[in-house]
Amino acid sequence: MSEFGLLIEVGMHRRKARRKATNALMLGLTVLLTVLALIPLFWIIGYVILRGGKAINLDFFIKMPTPMGVSGGGVLSAIEGTLVITLLATLFAVPPGLLAAFYSSRYPNSILGTILRFSTDVLSGVPSIVIGLFGYALIVKPQGHYSALAGSIALAILMLPTIIRTTEEMLRLVPSNLREGSLALGAPEWKTSLNVLLPAAMDGVITGILLAIARAAGETAPLLFTALGNERFEIGSIVSSGVANHQGFLAILDRIFDQPIDSLPLTLWKYAQQPYPERVEQSWAVALVLMVLVLATNILARVWIEIRKKKVRG
Amino acid sequence: MINIQFFEKSLQENSKTQSMISVQKLNVFYGKFRALTDINMEIQEKKITAIIGPSGCGKSTLLRSFNRMNDLTPNARIEGRIYLQGEDIYGNGIDVVDIRRRIGMVFQRPNPFPKSIYDNVAYGPRLYGVTRREDLDAIVEKSLVQAALWDEVKDKLGQSGMSISGGQQQRLCIARALAVQPEVILMDEPASALDPISTLRIEELMHDLAKDYTIIIVTHNMQQAARVSDFTAMMMIDEARSGQLIEYNQTNTIFTRPQDKRTEDYVTGRFG
Repeated sequence: MSEFGLLIEVGMHRRKARRKATNALMLGLTVLLTVLALIPLFWIIGYVILRGGKAINLDFFIKMPTPMGVSGGGVLSAIEGTLVITLLATLFAVPPGLLAAFYSSRYPNSILGTILRFSTDVLSGVPSIVIGLFGYALIVKPQGHYSALAGSIALAILMLPTIIRTTEEMLRLVPSNLREGSLALGAPEWKTSLNVLLPAAMDGVITGILLAIARAAGETAPLLFTALGNERFEIGSIVSSGVANHQGFLAILDRIFDQPIDSLPLTLWKYAQQPYPERVEQSWAVALVLMVLVLATNILARVWIEIRKKKVRG
Repeated sequence: MINIQFFEKSLQENSKTQSMISVQKLNVFYGKFRALTDINMEIQEKKITAIIGPSGCGKSTLLRSFNRMNDLTPNARIEGRIYLQGEDIYGNGIDVVDIRRRIGMVFQRPNPFPKSIYDNVAYGPRLYGVTRREDLDAIVEKSLVQAALWDEVKDKLGQSGMSISGGQQQRLCIARALAVQPEVILMDEPASALDPISTLRIEELMHDLAKDYTIIIVTHNMQQAARVSDFTAMMMIDEARSGQLIEYNQTNTIFTRPQDKRTEDYVTGRFG
């Protein structure tokens, strides 16, 4: 043993008890705080299930809303509306979002790339109600009426930053030698992006899109000024009346997108303020449906990614 | 400089084979930095040419200028000429896609695309418009046979190219390069990420491929250069940190009777 060996040995033993106590204390603290952080999550989920579960029945999903004060009825209009408006918003947001992400990951230091990244950050920080106002000024005001189209565009703008950011991050994670491998075979950049980079980054891209969808599906504020809400919105009746009047496919689509549309968060917001206990009950049920919808989207994304991982990695 | 010209002459006189690639006064710049200075070399057809030298001496830069991969590096610029069978590959009206089809490349780390084994090999032919299933099947099989991988993967062509071992992945990448019927294959340290047995298989494969293809390999491993190559180019950086070709000759000459003291020091392991 060297001359300091004994010194270190003695010191170590003297400190042992204190070290163990500190360890136990810190471990206890982290566990406690973790539990504390989880409490709100489970509280919310539990409470919404408890309150919302009562008003959930088959009618709730397949019946249209009843007039104010009349009991019964469902929120079919809102469910259909949310599906239509989210689908349309996704169609609007995904292509430009992906292309922008491809550009900024390929040319991160270009002027356009820098501007893009900066504005994406700014856009993701803009309050959603401001985006609603923007949709109002851009589409509702010139057109003279509220519409599903305006609502979808507002939601699409809201989805853009998430899609661009996650896609860009994922594309940057793709090893550069994959890109070079494709280019070295003589492939042009666009084919390389489409056939090699996108598949390689697909997991992350899909996750990003689904996160954006989940966020957009739960938004109320941008829809207040754009989609407005429409308790009589029902695709079935629009289609059947359209067919009865010999309207074409596009004309029917146009009727779906061109009128005010209902959505789950809007309905929640509206019902919660009404003086009828049954409506308040129903608004909890809407919250539950919305939550399950978002949760299902996330689970779907994860399952899909796991399946794909197995397929790719073998 | 005098040495190089002398050996170029002797190379031209000694070898009966035609020069496949001719590099004339090649300078490569990254912005203001001159990465390569006045490279002159003749690369012989259907031979294996190894480029050796210490890290950062511009071996990869030289290799990547043969198939114009340096075009992808921002600020990269070249001076001088590189001829592929007499055709100036940086000349006006030259299609870079055509150059990259004729000069294939294998990278340091295996880089199979996230696709099936079949689709990895068929990727190139599909780019050039081969769509008939029978044609693709035949190309895929032939390329995998050439890359000595067919027997190992013929029953799992539908599996992901990333599911096989690293050595197999590298041979898959070689098959992928062969599938577009190149004349030259560039290999950038193709075995440096592989275990010794996989390395041996790649080296055997290179030996077989040299019957039909011109191969240029960059390697850190001098034993590898000595084992596989017919010609060896020794590179080194000068005072300005720019890469230079200091000696180029038949491999056994480089390893037994090097003319330049620096080459001798390097191949005998005294530095580098």
